[in-house]
Amino acid sequence: MIEFRDASVVVDTPDGDLTVLAPTTLSLAEQRIGIIGSNGSGKSTLARLINGLVTPTSGHVLVDGHDVAGDGREVRRHVGFVFTQPDAQLVMPTVIEDVMLSLRRHVKDKAARRTQALEVLATIGLADKADVTVHALSGGQKQLLALAGVLATDPDVVVADEPTTLLDLRNTIAVADRLFSMRPQLVLVSHDLELMDRCDRVLVVDSAEVVFDGAPAAAIDHYRGRVRS
Amino acid sequence: MTGLIGIYRPGTTLLHRIPAGPKLGLVALWSVVVVGTKGWQAALVCLVVAIVVAGWARLDPRRTLRSLRGLLIMLAIVSAFQVWQRGWEVAVSVSGDLLALFLVGLAFTATTPVDGVLNAVERGLGPLRPLGVRPERVALAFSLMLAALPHLIDIAAETRAAAKARGLERSPRALLTPFAIRTVAHALETGDALHARGLGDD
Repeated sequence: MIEFRDASVVVDTPDGDLTVLAPTTLSLAEQRIGIIGSNGSGKSTLARLINGLVTPTSGHVLVDGHDVAGDGREVRRHVGFVFTQPDAQLVMPTVIEDVMLSLRRHVKDKAARRTQALEVLATIGLADKADVTVHALSGGQKQLLALAGVLATDPDVVVADEPTTLLDLRNTIAVADRLFSMRPQLVLVSHDLELMDRCDRVLVVDSAEVVFDGAPAAAIDHYRGRVRS
Repeated sequence: MTGLIGIYRPGTTLLHRIPAGPKLGLVALWSVVVVGTKGWQAALVCLVVAIVVAGWARLDPRRTLRSLRGLLIMLAIVSAFQVWQRGWEVAVSVSGDLLALFLVGLAFTATTPVDGVLNAVERGLGPLRPLGVRPERVALAFSLMLAALPHLIDIAAETRAAAKARGLERSPRALLTPFAIRTVAHALETGDALHARGLGDD
Protein backbone atom coordinates (compact mmCIF):
# COMPACT_ATOMS: atom_id res chain seq x y z
CA MET A 1 0.00 0.00 0.00
CA ILE A 2 1.34 3.41 -1.02
CA GLU A 3 0.10 6.38 0.99
CA PHE A 4 0.54 10.09 0.39
CA ARG A 5 -0.33 12.09 3.49
CA ASP A 6 -0.49 15.75 2.64
CA ALA A 7 2.80 15.33 0.78
CA SER A 8 4.11 18.32 -1.13
CA VAL A 9 7.34 19.20 -2.92
CA VAL A 10 8.63 22.75 -3.18
CA VAL A 11 11.97 23.62 -4.78
CA ASP A 12 14.14 26.72 -4.62
CA THR A 13 14.52 28.64 -7.85
CA PRO A 14 16.17 31.99 -8.60
CA ASP A 15 12.65 33.42 -8.79
CA GLY A 16 11.63 32.05 -5.39
CA ASP A 17 9.90 28.87 -4.22
CA LEU A 18 8.29 26.73 -6.90
CA THR A 19 5.63 24.20 -5.96
CA VAL A 20 6.32 21.04 -7.94
CA LEU A 21 3.62 19.08 -6.16
CA ALA A 22 0.85 20.65 -4.10
CA PRO A 23 -0.15 18.91 -0.83
CA THR A 24 -1.50 15.54 -1.93
CA THR A 25 -3.33 12.84 0.01
CA LEU A 26 -3.83 9.47 -1.67
CA SER A 27 -3.91 5.75 -0.96
CA LEU A 28 -2.78 3.55 -3.83
CA ALA A 29 -3.69 -0.10 -3.39
CA GLU A 30 -4.71 -1.14 -6.91
CA GLN A 31 -2.43 -3.48 -8.84
CA ARG A 32 -1.97 -1.24 -11.91
CA ILE A 33 -1.97 2.51 -11.37
CA GLY A 34 -1.49 5.00 -14.18
CA ILE A 35 -0.32 8.61 -13.93
CA ILE A 36 -0.93 10.91 -16.85
CA GLY A 37 -0.37 14.61 -17.41
CA SER A 38 1.37 17.20 -19.53
CA ASN A 39 5.14 17.75 -19.53
CA GLY A 40 6.19 19.53 -16.35
CA SER A 41 2.87 18.86 -14.64
CA GLY A 42 4.44 17.09 -11.65
CA LYS A 43 3.71 13.46 -12.52
CA SER A 44 7.36 12.39 -12.43
CA THR A 45 7.78 14.05 -9.03
CA LEU A 46 4.73 12.13 -7.80
CA ALA A 47 6.32 8.90 -9.05
CA ARG A 48 9.79 9.68 -7.67
CA LEU A 49 8.34 10.28 -4.22
CA ILE A 50 7.32 6.61 -4.07
CA ASN A 51 10.92 5.40 -4.32
CA GLY A 52 12.44 8.17 -2.21
CA LEU A 53 14.33 9.66 -5.18
CA VAL A 54 12.51 12.82 -4.17
CA THR A 55 11.50 13.39 -0.56
CA PRO A 56 8.51 15.52 0.40
CA THR A 57 9.11 19.06 1.59
CA SER A 58 6.11 18.64 3.86
CA GLY A 59 3.84 15.73 4.70
CA HIS A 60 4.71 12.06 4.32
CA VAL A 61 4.85 9.30 1.73
CA LEU A 62 4.67 5.76 3.07
CA VAL A 63 5.16 2.42 1.34
CA ASP A 64 3.90 -0.51 3.38
CA GLY A 65 4.20 1.71 6.45
CA HIS A 66 7.80 2.80 5.75
CA ASP A 67 8.34 6.55 5.38
CA VAL A 68 10.36 7.34 2.24
CA ALA A 69 12.09 10.23 4.01
CA GLY A 70 13.12 8.49 7.20
CA ASP A 71 13.37 4.92 6.02
CA GLY A 72 14.40 5.32 2.39
CA ARG A 73 16.75 2.35 2.44
CA GLU A 74 13.95 -0.01 3.46
CA VAL A 75 11.57 1.57 0.94
CA ARG A 76 14.02 1.02 -1.91
CA ARG A 77 14.26 -2.66 -0.98
CA HIS A 78 10.56 -2.91 -1.84
CA VAL A 79 10.19 -0.35 -4.61
CA GLY A 80 11.99 -0.63 -7.95
CA PHE A 81 12.23 2.24 -10.43
CA VAL A 82 12.44 2.14 -14.23
CA PHE A 83 13.59 5.36 -15.91
CA THR A 84 12.69 6.78 -19.32
CA GLN A 85 16.27 6.62 -20.55
CA PRO A 86 17.67 3.11 -19.97
CA ASP A 87 21.23 4.19 -20.82
CA ALA A 88 21.41 6.04 -17.53
CA GLN A 89 20.11 3.04 -15.63
CA LEU A 90 22.40 0.43 -17.14
CA VAL A 91 25.65 1.02 -15.34
CA MET A 92 27.63 -2.16 -16.01
CA PRO A 93 29.33 -3.04 -19.30
CA THR A 94 27.59 -6.33 -20.03
CA VAL A 95 24.00 -7.51 -19.76
CA ILE A 96 24.54 -10.10 -17.04
CA GLU A 97 26.83 -7.87 -14.99
CA ASP A 98 24.13 -5.25 -14.80
CA VAL A 99 21.58 -7.69 -13.41
CA MET A 100 24.21 -9.13 -11.07
CA LEU A 101 24.84 -5.62 -9.74
CA SER A 102 21.21 -5.44 -8.60
CA LEU A 103 21.64 -8.76 -6.81
CA ARG A 104 24.84 -7.82 -4.94
CA ARG A 105 22.98 -6.76 -1.82
CA HIS A 106 20.82 -9.85 -1.76
CA VAL A 107 22.99 -12.71 -3.01
CA LYS A 108 26.55 -12.80 -1.68
CA ASP A 109 27.75 -15.91 -3.54
CA LYS A 110 28.97 -14.98 -7.01
CA ALA A 111 28.00 -18.26 -8.70
CA ALA A 112 24.49 -18.09 -7.21
CA ARG A 113 24.27 -14.45 -8.30
CA ARG A 114 25.12 -15.37 -11.88
CA THR A 115 22.62 -18.25 -11.90
CA GLN A 116 19.87 -16.03 -10.55
CA ALA A 117 20.72 -13.27 -13.01
CA LEU A 118 20.50 -15.74 -15.89
CA GLU A 119 17.08 -16.87 -14.65
CA VAL A 120 15.84 -13.29 -14.60
CA LEU A 121 17.24 -12.66 -18.09
CA ALA A 122 15.45 -15.77 -19.34
CA THR A 123 12.12 -14.37 -18.16
CA ILE A 124 12.55 -11.33 -20.40
CA GLY A 125 14.05 -13.19 -23.33
CA LEU A 126 17.60 -11.86 -22.99
CA ALA A 127 19.38 -14.98 -21.68
CA ASP A 128 21.20 -15.41 -25.00
CA LYS A 129 22.57 -11.86 -24.68
CA ALA A 130 24.03 -12.39 -21.19
CA ASP A 131 27.63 -11.63 -22.14
CA VAL A 132 26.82 -9.00 -24.75
CA THR A 133 27.75 -5.36 -24.09
CA VAL A 134 24.71 -3.29 -23.16
CA HIS A 135 25.67 -0.78 -25.86
CA ALA A 136 24.94 -3.41 -28.49
CA LEU A 137 21.31 -3.81 -27.41
CA SER A 138 18.37 -2.14 -29.12
CA GLY A 139 16.38 0.51 -27.25
CA GLY A 140 13.67 -1.97 -26.38
CA GLN A 141 16.16 -4.57 -25.19
CA LYS A 142 17.87 -1.95 -23.03
CA GLN A 143 14.58 -1.03 -21.42
CA LEU A 144 13.76 -4.71 -20.85
CA LEU A 145 17.20 -5.12 -19.28
CA ALA A 146 16.59 -2.11 -17.03
CA LEU A 147 13.33 -3.78 -15.98
CA ALA A 148 15.19 -7.06 -15.40
CA GLY A 149 17.63 -5.26 -13.10
CA VAL A 150 14.65 -4.04 -11.09
CA LEU A 151 12.73 -7.34 -11.09
CA ALA A 152 15.85 -9.27 -10.02
CA THR A 153 15.44 -7.96 -6.49
CA ASP A 154 11.81 -9.15 -6.36
CA PRO A 155 10.28 -5.77 -5.40
CA ASP A 156 6.68 -5.36 -4.24
CA VAL A 157 6.20 -2.19 -6.30
CA VAL A 158 7.67 -1.11 -9.64
CA VAL A 159 7.46 2.57 -10.56
CA ALA A 160 8.02 3.15 -14.29
CA ASP A 161 8.53 6.74 -15.43
CA GLU A 162 7.62 6.93 -19.14
CA PRO A 163 9.39 3.64 -19.91
CA THR A 164 8.12 3.44 -23.49
CA THR A 165 8.52 7.07 -24.57
CA LEU A 166 11.72 6.41 -26.54
CA LEU A 167 10.61 3.08 -28.01
CA ASP A 168 9.05 2.06 -31.31
CA LEU A 169 5.71 0.24 -31.40
CA ARG A 170 7.16 -3.28 -31.32
CA ASN A 171 9.35 -2.50 -28.31
CA THR A 172 6.58 -0.55 -26.61
CA ILE A 173 4.38 -3.63 -26.81
CA ALA A 174 7.16 -5.88 -25.50
CA VAL A 175 7.96 -3.63 -22.54
CA ALA A 176 4.30 -2.90 -21.74
CA ASP A 177 3.35 -6.58 -21.86
CA ARG A 178 6.14 -7.36 -19.41
CA LEU A 179 5.10 -4.52 -17.10
CA PHE A 180 1.46 -5.50 -17.09
CA SER A 181 2.11 -9.22 -16.57
CA MET A 182 4.51 -8.97 -13.63
CA ARG A 183 3.68 -9.76 -10.01
CA PRO A 184 4.64 -6.44 -8.32
CA GLN A 185 2.24 -3.54 -8.11
CA LEU A 186 2.82 -1.18 -11.04
CA VAL A 187 2.80 2.61 -10.94
CA LEU A 188 3.14 3.72 -14.54
CA VAL A 189 3.76 7.30 -15.70
CA SER A 190 3.05 7.60 -19.41
CA HIS A 191 1.70 9.72 -22.22
CA ASP A 192 0.46 6.58 -23.94
CA LEU A 193 -3.31 6.54 -23.57
CA GLU A 194 -3.52 2.88 -24.60
CA LEU A 195 -1.31 1.95 -21.68
CA MET A 196 -3.38 4.10 -19.34
CA ASP A 197 -6.45 2.23 -20.52
CA ARG A 198 -4.91 -1.03 -19.29
CA CYS A 199 -4.58 0.30 -15.72
CA ASP A 200 -7.03 -0.25 -12.85
CA ARG A 201 -6.93 3.37 -11.75
CA VAL A 202 -5.54 6.51 -13.35
CA LEU A 203 -4.45 9.81 -11.78
CA VAL A 204 -4.42 12.95 -13.92
CA VAL A 205 -1.81 15.50 -12.84
CA ASP A 206 -1.88 19.10 -13.96
CA SER A 207 -0.09 22.21 -12.65
CA ALA A 208 1.42 20.29 -9.70
CA GLU A 209 -1.91 18.85 -8.55
CA VAL A 210 -3.78 15.58 -8.90
CA VAL A 211 -6.86 16.93 -10.65
CA PHE A 212 -8.63 13.65 -11.38
CA ASP A 213 -8.50 10.21 -9.83
CA GLY A 214 -10.64 7.40 -11.14
CA ALA A 215 -11.29 4.73 -13.75
CA PRO A 216 -9.12 4.80 -16.90
CA ALA A 217 -11.81 5.74 -19.41
CA ALA A 218 -13.07 8.66 -17.33
CA ALA A 219 -9.51 9.80 -16.55
CA ILE A 220 -8.53 9.75 -20.22
CA ASP A 221 -11.66 11.74 -21.13
CA HIS A 222 -10.84 14.24 -18.40
CA TYR A 223 -7.24 14.56 -19.61
CA ARG A 224 -8.33 15.03 -23.24
CA GLY A 225 -10.80 17.68 -22.14
CA ARG A 226 -8.08 19.57 -20.27
CA VAL A 227 -5.65 19.39 -23.18
CA ARG A 228 -8.26 20.73 -25.60
CA SER A 229 -9.52 23.50 -23.32
CA MET B 1 32.26 3.41 -32.21
CA THR B 2 33.21 2.43 -28.70
CA GLY B 3 35.23 -0.55 -29.92
CA LEU B 4 36.75 -2.59 -27.16
CA ILE B 5 37.22 0.03 -24.47
CA GLY B 6 35.90 -1.13 -21.10
CA ILE B 7 34.19 -4.18 -22.57
CA TYR B 8 34.69 -7.66 -21.15
CA ARG B 9 35.05 -10.44 -23.73
CA PRO B 10 34.47 -13.92 -22.28
CA GLY B 11 37.24 -16.38 -23.08
CA THR B 12 39.38 -19.21 -21.79
CA THR B 13 42.92 -17.79 -22.05
CA LEU B 14 45.24 -17.79 -19.03
CA LEU B 15 44.62 -14.04 -18.75
CA HIS B 16 40.89 -14.73 -18.43
CA ARG B 17 41.57 -17.31 -15.73
CA ILE B 18 43.84 -15.16 -13.54
CA PRO B 19 41.69 -13.81 -10.66
CA ALA B 20 40.83 -10.12 -10.90
CA GLY B 21 42.76 -9.10 -7.74
CA PRO B 22 46.20 -10.43 -8.74
CA LYS B 23 45.57 -9.25 -12.30
CA LEU B 24 44.81 -5.74 -11.06
CA GLY B 25 48.05 -5.88 -9.05
CA LEU B 26 49.98 -6.94 -12.16
CA VAL B 27 48.50 -4.05 -14.14
CA ALA B 28 49.54 -1.63 -11.37
CA LEU B 29 53.03 -3.15 -11.36
CA TRP B 30 53.17 -2.90 -15.16
CA SER B 31 52.29 0.79 -14.94
CA VAL B 32 55.12 1.39 -12.47
CA VAL B 33 57.59 -0.46 -14.71
CA VAL B 34 56.53 1.43 -17.85
CA VAL B 35 56.65 4.83 -16.17
CA GLY B 36 59.83 3.96 -14.22
CA THR B 37 61.95 2.80 -17.15
CA LYS B 38 63.63 5.51 -19.20
CA GLY B 39 64.74 5.69 -22.81
CA TRP B 40 63.25 4.94 -26.20
CA GLN B 41 64.65 1.41 -26.27
CA ALA B 42 62.85 0.53 -23.02
CA ALA B 43 59.64 2.07 -24.35
CA LEU B 44 59.82 -0.07 -27.48
CA VAL B 45 60.41 -3.21 -25.40
CA CYS B 46 57.39 -2.32 -23.23
CA LEU B 47 55.31 -1.75 -26.35
CA VAL B 48 56.29 -5.13 -27.79
CA VAL B 49 55.42 -6.83 -24.48
CA ALA B 50 52.07 -4.99 -24.44
CA ILE B 51 51.31 -6.13 -28.00
CA VAL B 52 52.08 -9.72 -26.98
CA VAL B 53 49.76 -9.37 -23.96
CA ALA B 54 47.02 -7.92 -26.17
CA GLY B 55 47.41 -10.84 -28.58
CA TRP B 56 47.38 -13.26 -25.67
CA ALA B 57 44.09 -11.72 -24.51
CA ARG B 58 42.74 -12.51 -28.01
CA LEU B 59 41.99 -8.86 -28.78
CA ASP B 60 40.83 -8.60 -32.36
CA PRO B 61 43.58 -6.57 -34.15
CA ARG B 62 41.17 -4.68 -36.41
CA ARG B 63 38.80 -3.68 -33.61
CA THR B 64 41.74 -2.83 -31.37
CA LEU B 65 43.14 -0.50 -34.01
CA ARG B 66 39.69 1.09 -34.36
CA SER B 67 39.56 1.60 -30.59
CA LEU B 68 43.03 3.10 -30.65
CA ARG B 69 42.27 5.48 -33.53
CA GLY B 70 41.60 8.49 -31.30
CA LEU B 71 44.64 7.76 -29.16
CA LEU B 72 46.84 7.30 -32.22
CA ILE B 73 45.78 10.66 -33.63
CA MET B 74 46.53 12.29 -30.29
CA LEU B 75 49.90 10.50 -30.11
CA ALA B 76 50.78 11.65 -33.62
CA ILE B 77 50.21 15.26 -32.57
CA VAL B 78 52.12 14.82 -29.29
CA SER B 79 54.96 13.01 -31.08
CA ALA B 80 55.28 15.75 -33.71
CA PHE B 81 55.52 18.30 -30.92
CA GLN B 82 58.10 16.21 -29.04
CA VAL B 83 60.22 15.68 -32.16
CA TRP B 84 60.21 19.42 -32.74
CA GLN B 85 60.97 20.36 -29.14
CA ARG B 86 63.03 17.50 -27.67
CA GLY B 87 63.97 15.08 -30.44
CA TRP B 88 62.64 11.79 -31.81
CA GLU B 89 63.97 9.72 -28.88
CA VAL B 90 61.61 11.44 -26.43
CA ALA B 91 58.74 11.19 -28.92
CA VAL B 92 59.22 7.42 -29.23
CA SER B 93 59.57 7.06 -25.47
CA VAL B 94 56.38 9.00 -24.63
CA SER B 95 54.24 7.42 -27.37
CA GLY B 96 55.56 3.91 -26.69
CA ASP B 97 54.87 4.20 -22.97
CA LEU B 98 51.32 5.50 -23.49
CA LEU B 99 50.49 2.80 -26.02
CA ALA B 100 51.99 0.10 -23.79
CA LEU B 101 49.84 1.28 -20.86
CA PHE B 102 46.71 1.55 -22.97
CA LEU B 103 47.07 -1.88 -24.59
CA VAL B 104 47.58 -3.65 -21.27
CA GLY B 105 44.62 -1.74 -19.81
CA LEU B 106 42.55 -2.88 -22.77
CA ALA B 107 43.68 -6.48 -22.22
CA PHE B 108 42.71 -6.17 -18.55
CA THR B 109 39.18 -4.89 -19.18
CA ALA B 110 38.67 -7.40 -22.01
CA THR B 111 39.60 -10.37 -19.83
CA THR B 112 38.12 -9.32 -16.49
CA PRO B 113 34.38 -9.10 -15.73
CA VAL B 114 33.48 -5.95 -13.84
CA ASP B 115 31.86 -8.03 -11.12
CA GLY B 116 35.27 -9.62 -10.55
CA VAL B 117 36.89 -6.19 -10.27
CA LEU B 118 34.20 -5.15 -7.77
CA ASN B 119 34.93 -8.18 -5.59
CA ALA B 120 38.70 -7.73 -5.85
CA VAL B 121 38.65 -4.05 -4.90
CA GLU B 122 36.22 -4.76 -2.05
CA ARG B 123 38.45 -7.53 -0.71
CA GLY B 124 41.61 -5.50 -1.19
CA LEU B 125 40.28 -2.49 0.67
CA GLY B 126 38.58 -4.54 3.41
CA PRO B 127 41.43 -3.99 5.92
CA LEU B 128 41.00 -0.22 5.54
CA ARG B 129 37.42 -0.34 6.79
CA PRO B 130 38.41 0.63 10.39
CA LEU B 131 39.96 3.79 8.93
CA GLY B 132 36.58 4.84 7.55
CA VAL B 133 37.10 3.56 4.00
CA ARG B 134 33.92 2.04 2.48
CA PRO B 135 35.32 -0.70 0.21
CA GLU B 136 31.98 -1.39 -1.51
CA ARG B 137 31.64 2.27 -2.48
CA VAL B 138 35.21 2.52 -3.78
CA ALA B 139 34.69 -0.71 -5.72
CA LEU B 140 31.46 0.57 -7.22
CA ALA B 141 33.11 3.86 -8.19
CA PHE B 142 35.95 1.91 -9.81
CA SER B 143 33.52 -0.23 -11.80
CA LEU B 144 31.41 2.76 -12.82
CA MET B 145 34.53 4.44 -14.13
CA LEU B 146 35.23 1.43 -16.36
CA ALA B 147 31.60 1.16 -17.43
CA ALA B 148 31.36 4.87 -18.21
CA LEU B 149 34.16 4.84 -20.79
CA PRO B 150 32.13 3.53 -23.75
CA HIS B 151 29.29 5.86 -22.90
CA LEU B 152 31.55 8.93 -22.76
CA ILE B 153 33.02 7.98 -26.12
CA ASP B 154 29.47 7.73 -27.51
CA ILE B 155 28.61 11.17 -26.10
CA ALA B 156 31.77 12.62 -27.67
CA ALA B 157 30.90 11.10 -31.05
CA GLU B 158 27.29 12.35 -30.91
CA THR B 159 28.45 15.81 -29.85
CA ARG B 160 30.94 15.90 -32.73
CA ALA B 161 28.24 14.78 -35.19
CA ALA B 162 25.80 17.41 -33.88
CA ALA B 163 28.42 20.16 -34.21
CA LYS B 164 29.27 18.99 -37.72
CA ALA B 165 25.60 19.00 -38.72
CA ARG B 166 25.49 22.67 -37.74
CA GLY B 167 28.75 23.44 -39.53
CA LEU B 168 30.51 24.05 -36.21
CA GLU B 169 33.00 21.18 -36.23
CA ARG B 170 35.91 23.61 -35.79
CA SER B 171 34.35 25.37 -32.81
CA PRO B 172 35.77 24.13 -29.48
CA ARG B 173 32.77 25.64 -27.71
CA ALA B 174 30.29 23.71 -29.86
CA LEU B 175 32.17 20.51 -29.03
CA LEU B 176 33.17 20.95 -25.40
CA THR B 177 30.13 22.69 -23.91
CA PRO B 178 27.52 20.06 -24.90
CA PHE B 179 30.00 17.30 -24.09
CA ALA B 180 30.52 18.65 -20.58
CA ILE B 181 26.80 19.24 -20.03
CA ARG B 182 25.81 15.80 -21.29
CA THR B 183 28.55 14.13 -19.25
CA VAL B 184 27.40 15.82 -16.07
CA ALA B 185 23.76 15.02 -16.93
CA HIS B 186 24.71 11.38 -17.46
CA ALA B 187 26.53 11.34 -14.12
CA LEU B 188 23.47 12.78 -12.37
CA GLU B 189 21.13 10.29 -14.07
CA THR B 190 23.46 7.44 -13.15
CA GLY B 191 23.47 8.68 -9.58
CA ASP B 192 19.66 8.68 -9.57
CA ALA B 193 19.61 5.18 -11.04
CA LEU B 194 22.04 3.86 -8.43
CA HIS B 195 20.04 5.55 -5.71
CA ALA B 196 16.81 4.04 -7.05
CA ARG B 197 18.45 0.60 -7.03
CA GLY B 198 19.43 1.13 -3.39
CA LEU B 199 23.15 0.91 -4.22
CA GLY B 200 24.01 4.07 -2.33
CA ASP B 201 22.21 2.90 0.78
CA ASP B 202 24.85 0.41 2.00
